[in-house]
Amino acid sequence: MKQLDLRRFPGFFAITLLCVVVLYAPLMVVSVYSFNASTSITNWGGFSLDWYVDVFTGPESPKFQRAAMNSLIIAVLAGLCATLIATSAAVAMHRAGRFKGKTATFALINLPLMVPEVVTAVASLIFFTAIGFSGGIGTILLAHITFCIPFAYLPIAARMQSVPDSYEQAAMDLYATPWEAFRLILLPLMMPGIFSGFLLAFIISLDDFLITNFVKGAGVETLPTAIFGAVKQGIKPNIMAISTLMLGVSVVFVTLSWLIGRSGQAKKP
Amino acid sequence: MAAMAPGGASSSEIYKGNASRLLLPTWVVIGVFLLVPVALMATYSFLTKEFRGGVIWEFSLAAYDQFFLDRGLFGDEPPKIEWTYITIFWRSIWQAGLATILCLLIGFPTAWFIATRDARMRTVWLLVVTVPYWVNLLIRTVSMKFLIRDEGPLNAMLLWSGLIDQPLGLINTNLAVQLGLFYSYLPFMVLPIYAAVERYDFALSEAAADLYAGRWTTLRLVILPVVKPGIIAGCILVFVPSLGAFLAPDLLGGAKSFMIGSLIEEQFKGAAGNWPFGAAAAMILMTIVMIVLLVYARSQTREAKA
Repeated sequence: MKQLDLRRFPGFFAITLLCVVVLYAPLMVVSVYSFNASTSITNWGGFSLDWYVDVFTGPESPKFQRAAMNSLIIAVLAGLCATLIATSAAVAMHRAGRFKGKTATFALINLPLMVPEVVTAVASLIFFTAIGFSGGIGTILLAHITFCIPFAYLPIAARMQSVPDSYEQAAMDLYATPWEAFRLILLPLMMPGIFSGFLLAFIISLDDFLITNFVKGAGVETLPTAIFGAVKQGIKPNIMAISTLMLGVSVVFVTLSWLIGRSGQAKKP
Repeated sequence: MAAMAPGGASSSEIYKGNASRLLLPTWVVIGVFLLVPVALMATYSFLTKEFRGGVIWEFSLAAYDQFFLDRGLFGDEPPKIEWTYITIFWRSIWQAGLATILCLLIGFPTAWFIATRDARMRTVWLLVVTVPYWVNLLIRTVSMKFLIRDEGPLNAMLLWSGLIDQPLGLINTNLAVQLGLFYSYLPFMVLPIYAAVERYDFALSEAAADLYAGRWTTLRLVILPVVKPGIIAGCILVFVPSLGAFLAPDLLGGAKSFMIGSLIEEQFKGAAGNWPFGAAAAMILMTIVMIVLLVYARSQTREAKA
């Protein structure tokens, strides 16, 4: 009883509720208004799905669908590349002993997290312009792979640290080559970490607005840049419907990664 | 994330000798697409501007001169300090600082509350706080704009309840930007503090209570020093992105709440079109952030040694 008391501070529960209200109120309000029948965003005209129909068939739908497709392609490719690179880096950092430049490499992997986003955006724009590269979604993809690496690395490295190397040692005692030990032993054990790494990189890529807006070529849009362009002319109900759909996608992804993370943790001793 | 020790604790040597081969992709990608661009940006800040974007390859200090010195309309007066851009930077620093403090005031009790639930409720609460972090930042900022604009639901509710008799006029003010920053980065504060509180040993609180320390004394003298690394990590995760934020000041603020992010963006995407100046402003921003991170890293090493 006494211990329970030590954990309690008066008012902390109220603040937690306030925190949740602050985090959810704007999203909830937009979700509710996306079902508004009225064309005005201010007045409530009853429940309808009109704006969702508009998102898929309305006059602006081809623009947003193309942008969504670009976003998806970039996020999948950037997520995959970043995951591959990060997995390889994690093996080097946690399974290859000491080597020269290890600390510098660690700093390099985390560099995209430390440089402010707007600085990365400016630097990338200058770089791509200087080398004269402006190929469709290519610039966006390269920039996304770069800043997704640390996000993919975090869960992968964390997982690798928690997997003892005795299984691989045993395999190599039985004459497995290092490549076989990696492919047949370490990789399967790493899968939960690799999958959460990919999901994190995927979401981070999907989320990015600033860097994309700087490096994208003329006429190429991702979903965030298309939404930003539209919002600059005022918030319209179809934007609220798109926002609510994206909110739904995010919720599905968090739940998914949470379930995977839990299945990964369950195996820990 | 920055708290992780270089290389981690594991010293496995299974794939010894393959490190450079395994790290080659990382070095190439981050080197070519981040290090080289940043170096190029540093160079651009010392070049001459070309009309409407781009640069002329000729050394010049004009960008930094324009940032710090006011030489009058025709550039022939004795130089005075130029306050325009320093004011914008200063505003960004205090907005980011205030957002950090607000996030801490709300985030610490929230993290504490969540970490002291039983295992099942803890996961539920944690999920509740994490979901907004995964939602697109642009969409969250737009939602905030929708909520607080003059004709928006917040004002409608307050007007209806009779608490106010005219809209608050929040939009396009510093306060709106502050609200946006606070709302954007609040989860960044909760998560690292939660991780620290979760590892907190309550025997310490018991010992303090046995020595007649009250609840708040225990918080101040025992709990806060122990979970300090989590608090500092949270503060950095809020302060650094707030400082260079673009979406919150751009969508929620007006001319009087202009911040660094918008100033830089305007040089490349907007009407200003002065690349060396934009590069110089970005360099100054990066320097401030690197100083903050260095101070943090040094305090970490000092703590690790102690």
